[in-house]
Amino acid sequence: MARAISAPVKRERVTRAALTTWIRRIAFYVLLLVAWQMFANTGIIPTYNLPGPIDVVGSLVNLFQSGQLVPAIGATMERLVIGYALSLVIGVILGLLIGCFRTVEDTVGSLVLGLQALPSVCWLPLGILWFGLNDQAIIFVVAMGAIFSITLGVNEGIKNTPPVYLKAARNLGARGLALSVQVILPAALPAIFSGLKQGWTFAWRSLMAGELIYFTVSLGNLLQQGRDNLDPAQVMAVMVVIIAISVVIENLIFSPVERRMRERRGLGSQRA
Amino acid sequence: MLHLFAPGSVQQLAQGGDTHLPAPGGISLRVEGVSKVFPARSGSVEALRPVNVDIAAGEFVCLLGPSGCGKSTLLSIIAGLESASSGKVLADGKEVRGAGTDRVLLFQEAALFPWLDVQGNVEFGLRQAGIRAKERVEIARRFIEIVHLKGFERSFVHQLSGGMRQRVAIARALAIDPAILLMDEPFGALDALTRDRLHDELESIWTETRKTVVFVTHNVREAVALGDRVLVFSPRPGRIVAEFRIDLPRPRSLEDHQLVSLASDIMTVLRDAMGTQEQEEIDGKSN
Repeated sequence: MARAISAPVKRERVTRAALTTWIRRIAFYVLLLVAWQMFANTGIIPTYNLPGPIDVVGSLVNLFQSGQLVPAIGATMERLVIGYALSLVIGVILGLLIGCFRTVEDTVGSLVLGLQALPSVCWLPLGILWFGLNDQAIIFVVAMGAIFSITLGVNEGIKNTPPVYLKAARNLGARGLALSVQVILPAALPAIFSGLKQGWTFAWRSLMAGELIYFTVSLGNLLQQGRDNLDPAQVMAVMVVIIAISVVIENLIFSPVERRMRERRGLGSQRA
Repeated sequence: MLHLFAPGSVQQLAQGGDTHLPAPGGISLRVEGVSKVFPARSGSVEALRPVNVDIAAGEFVCLLGPSGCGKSTLLSIIAGLESASSGKVLADGKEVRGAGTDRVLLFQEAALFPWLDVQGNVEFGLRQAGIRAKERVEIARRFIEIVHLKGFERSFVHQLSGGMRQRVAIARALAIDPAILLMDEPFGALDALTRDRLHDELESIWTETRKTVVFVTHNVREAVALGDRVLVFSPRPGRIVAEFRIDLPRPRSLEDHQLVSLASDIMTVLRDAMGTQEQEEIDGKSN
């Protein structure tokens, strides 16, 4: 087949394009770091306000060696995973109910749309009132941050399922739960996945906000500690760690899954 | 309803009975006064006037008519995927209520599931029937072979051509062993060469399995090439205006002069049933 023949050529072209992209990218960051360091060295802004990248790296190494960084990352990730898992379960169930039952859509659906508009940090005071200033309150906020995005993604996916798939499936004997799990859910997967991705960014943001307020072992707390110690290098070092975690989650979990899903269906890959 | 039977010359071409054919694997189908009215903004749209059809077990019947004459609607109603505004459908003497695996509908766009590969698609109906994985794999393999797609088990839908997709759809339908195949212009979007090949394959599958087939098309020659009988529909609101029995020997060639002349007879009837506007439409589409 033509497809098979053209594949290697195409792949080679893709790798070359990717290589060019990476060269440009690395050059940009090297230049940025050099410029930043040079600017910091001029002393126009005192280093206690704007440290150079070397100071930031030093602070990062310090945090790591003092044994603060790794437990903080661990604690933060634990909250993220628990909160996100909760929102995943609740969000998918809620989305399925709204997507499948007209009554639920007319009632709960409108409520979800309203709650989605609320910035998730706004749940924090309520969380603290209900659970106290502890892990549970933060997990609550993380979950609330992601639930509605996921719900809406699932609902949208269901609404956009081509009716012909449902007809074909019913005709081949699919009913009830099997129809939902084997047809509606996979058909809705691309839209669900957008919901999941949006949900994760919201969860991540709410988590950081929560951790800034709640004093415990966490990345948010390390940020706060940097401020208390008038140490912008530490603040920046922790920011770098937070960015790195986001990038890793995005590129190691979400992107590969999404790419695979799109390739299977011949939807073409979206340029990252 | 007006019944116009085929001219005598056509009936003389009878093949000499069905004695050498295997016993029908299909079941009989009876459509009694089925009509369909769609609600619309300004009143309602009558898609299908009450239709009566009797189809014998193992018969191959083509529903022929212009686009929008309600023949696809009738097929959906027979499949139980749409409800009739009046009348009823009897499959093997029992009234049809909802979709059932004894009647499988094939769509023009194949309607394969893009998240499953070929094997997964063909296994889909078997899985619903609760057949064990090992057996499912074997049955699916067999039907993939029947439609000449061996080697494509792991391909995904977007990697297949239109003709291959229809083959997968046919294998998926056959795998659950339905008694009636309902085909809604399944080859309408294919090029002529692919369509001819699929005609041959469908005919040989039908000859072997003797399932009841109801085949919707707007292509006159396709109808004559495949059907034991051709029912001609008028434009919307659809109703059957003529019925032709096709006794040409099988396998039939589209170039066969008897087939061509019969097709032009049917075309004449079709033209009579239609206004000038629709005439042009069908001229364009049946070539």
